[in-house]
Amino acid sequence: MILLTNVTKTYNTGKHNQFTAVDDVSLTVEAGRLTILKGPSGSGKTTLMALIGCMARPSSGRIQLHNIRTSFFTGADSRAPLDITSLPERFLTEIRRTTFGFIFQQFNLVKGISALENVMLPAYPTGESQGAFRRRALELMELFAVARHAASPVEWLSGGELQRVAIARALINNPAIVIADEPTAHLDSKLSREFMEMVGTLKAGGKTVLIASHDPLVYDSELADTVIGMRDGRITGLSGLS
Amino acid sequence: MIQHPAILALTIASLMTGLMLIYAGWYGTWILDKWDLHSGSELQLNLERRTYLISVILSYALLFQIASLFLYIFTADNLHSQFTGAMCAAGSLGVNSFGYPVLILKILNCLLAGVWLIINHVDTRGYDYPLIKAKYGLLNVLVPLVLLEVVFQFVYFFNLKADVITSCCGSLFSTDKHSIAGEIAGLPSGPMQAAFFGIMAATVVCGMVFFLKKRGGYLFAALSALTFLVSSAALVSFICLYFYELPSHHCPFCILQKEYHYIGYALYATLLGGTVSGLGVGVLMPFSTCSSLSGVIPNIQRRLAATTLIMYLLFTLIVVWRMLSTSFTLG
Amino acid sequence: MSTPLNRHSNILDFALSSLLRRKSKNFSLLVVYTLIVFVIASLIFFVQALKREAAQILKEAPDMVVQRMVAGRHDLIPVAYGEQISAIRGVTAVSPRLWGYYYDQVFGANYTLLVPEKNLLEPGSIMIGPGVARNQRIQAGDMLALKTSRNIPLLLTVQDLYPSSSELISSDLIVLSAEDFQTMFNLPAGQVTDLAVTVANPREQVTVAAKIAELFPDTRPILKSEMLRTYDSLFEWRGGMIVVVLAVAVLSFIIFAWDKATGLSAEERKEIGILKSIGWETSDVLLLKFWEGIVVSLTAFLVGVVLAYGHVFFFSAALFEHALKGWSVIYPQFKLTPVIDVYQLTVLFFLTVLPYTAATIIPAWLSATVPPDAAMRS
Repeated sequence: MILLTNVTKTYNTGKHNQFTAVDDVSLTVEAGRLTILKGPSGSGKTTLMALIGCMARPSSGRIQLHNIRTSFFTGADSRAPLDITSLPERFLTEIRRTTFGFIFQQFNLVKGISALENVMLPAYPTGESQGAFRRRALELMELFAVARHAASPVEWLSGGELQRVAIARALINNPAIVIADEPTAHLDSKLSREFMEMVGTLKAGGKTVLIASHDPLVYDSELADTVIGMRDGRITGLSGLS
Repeated sequence: MIQHPAILALTIASLMTGLMLIYAGWYGTWILDKWDLHSGSELQLNLERRTYLISVILSYALLFQIASLFLYIFTADNLHSQFTGAMCAAGSLGVNSFGYPVLILKILNCLLAGVWLIINHVDTRGYDYPLIKAKYGLLNVLVPLVLLEVVFQFVYFFNLKADVITSCCGSLFSTDKHSIAGEIAGLPSGPMQAAFFGIMAATVVCGMVFFLKKRGGYLFAALSALTFLVSSAALVSFICLYFYELPSHHCPFCILQKEYHYIGYALYATLLGGTVSGLGVGVLMPFSTCSSLSGVIPNIQRRLAATTLIMYLLFTLIVVWRMLSTSFTLG
Repeated sequence: MSTPLNRHSNILDFALSSLLRRKSKNFSLLVVYTLIVFVIASLIFFVQALKREAAQILKEAPDMVVQRMVAGRHDLIPVAYGEQISAIRGVTAVSPRLWGYYYDQVFGANYTLLVPEKNLLEPGSIMIGPGVARNQRIQAGDMLALKTSRNIPLLLTVQDLYPSSSELISSDLIVLSAEDFQTMFNLPAGQVTDLAVTVANPREQVTVAAKIAELFPDTRPILKSEMLRTYDSLFEWRGGMIVVVLAVAVLSFIIFAWDKATGLSAEERKEIGILKSIGWETSDVLLLKFWEGIVVSLTAFLVGVVLAYGHVFFFSAALFEHALKGWSVIYPQFKLTPVIDVYQLTVLFFLTVLPYTAATIIPAWLSATVPPDAAMRS
């Protein structure tokens, strides 16, 4: 479970181009559910996801993660919620790579290396042995039906295949939470539906999924447990369970 | 000034290290001044990014320092033919009054940089930068010392003139001279051996106690430092003699030569390594109560203590092996 | 198992693949880097080899040479001086030496004429160095005509040639008998070029030298150790001067490396952004850059050193021998004895790898501190 309390993120503080991307947001993301952030571009969805995904620190407010195990909080307080608000980058990164998997709008795959290497990339700095995560990467590629492209450079892959490789990469470190930012923006309707099916698989596998999108195919999906509307950095509406 | 590629190399290296440390020191004071972990401001994020740069700079600086320490001794040795009467590094270093201070500064800076990296390593393990003040405080001590070394080294090389009559190691470390080096060399070898093995044993016992029972960290650190001093004196006083198999050759540099199978490197590396990690144990003591490090420091301290024990035991082993295997006897 | 070693090997793996992916960019860096290592290494090896050759020459030289000075110039010395010198305590032997120079007008070359200490040669026969043989186009068994100081030609038979392995020492040498030397130069009776003094105990050399200078104020004793030192500082000085010039080259290389490292392409910047967004940390990227630097540096260093080794020891440092050896018509053609040691390699490492490393620290850090959410917001 992720708990946000009065979270604000301001860029260029004190300068003439100061702007507030996320403004006083409080919300709860339930574990094991699919939560969708809905809103037009520039509404602060991406920034909010970056804050939740430990990529950036909020200017004010608190973000707490529940049921997260880390190497550096040891002893009695491991069951208590983890406040990530003012953690240094080093620790945010550690949480990020063990807890979150990311799927980006542009796929963000590294050109010039093979699809398999792309999938393995998030595991390199964890210190795991390469044999172990190579096996896992191949299994994931098998699961998403891109195993036959394992050795091909990513430039040779089609949009749908790129998407699958990106999903496999998001799962390589076996994260509890998957975050996707406008995942269907570059896909046609058929591929978008396929993507939502895969999200269904993830959810069934017990993952918490958080998607930011302004695609009706996504936010009107039956899979969605909670849909949160956003505009100008604020929450405008909440629908669904919880 | 003697034109020699090694002198140029050392000067370039020291200038680079100096510049890098000025840069690091400058941002270090900035960090000390403006640090506010609970702020998500861009200034704070910027400062946190700088801490990475400073750690990288210090890691490289330590590598450069260690390399330049040995290159310095090597160069002094290589230059001895330029000075009448100098027969090895000891003679070249004595050509002017800056040679030995540079050497001492180099050793001191290596030790300090090593301790700094230990603190830095621990600091990065705590989620609230618990040692930030200590770390940049120590940096502020290290930077002027390194700059002093840069200046001294330059002055030493600049004032090197070939053909100056100088003492060679035979006379500098000969027992009838009244200098500090002579005093050390003149220390009677019997009591010196007793002191060396005694302090080694005390440090090892204390290290074991610390390793097993986590007690006596300060004592252990103090003993490690003392071991460094006593071992250095012992090197000059009697250990060298066993390697040279000469009753009056007290020079601590010739053992770095090929003729003695570069055994000096093993001796100095174990001694310096053991001392740095021993000091590290003591430096970390005041922070072991820090909540974000409570799970980290004891482990690191144990590992450091173990490193010191292994290093010092290796050192002692080399010495004992030599004392037993050589047919040379003192007295 | 998660271990720091795995982290290093994984990231090193990726560093290698990154370097190979940007071949053209890294290749030009590698070429310039290798060139810098090559030039400086050649220089250091060459100076070191020359120093060794000089030491080799002087190994044969007497401990001390006593010359007579007249009006500040080297003059002939009476053999009688030698008798008094051998009476000094500590002196084991004094032997008079005969040597001089001869300018051949036909071939425009200067030869060194030398009489050996022991009578190796019959009057009328000589031994010559390979440089003389080349210059005169003669072989063993041929005749060589020299003009005496009375302008009478003196015909001498070449008995043997010195081997080319000793060419640096013997290139311009003509060794002849004392009688022929006398015929050539017509020295006054009882006078020789200088005296070689042997002192058994090296520690007494300085004392003996002082006594000789006191006994004969018109003489100048020269110690072998002084000669050695002079040679050393001469070679080091020449080498040092060139190193100073090369320091400028190193400096421009630093600027080049800096420029290469800071001038990250948009592609690379994007790549680092992706790495950071998927869970690489600043120190992971710094480690990546560190390994990249190590790979580039070691490659350049090894290739440069191997090339320099070939250049100096197999091609006799063809590129800059003129700058380091004197100019002479009889130019020695010789192969230096291959020798390098750890010390020279360390100096070389300091002069090349350290500046490169220092120049790339800040650019590496700049590229590593891309905010992780940058990839999301682009």
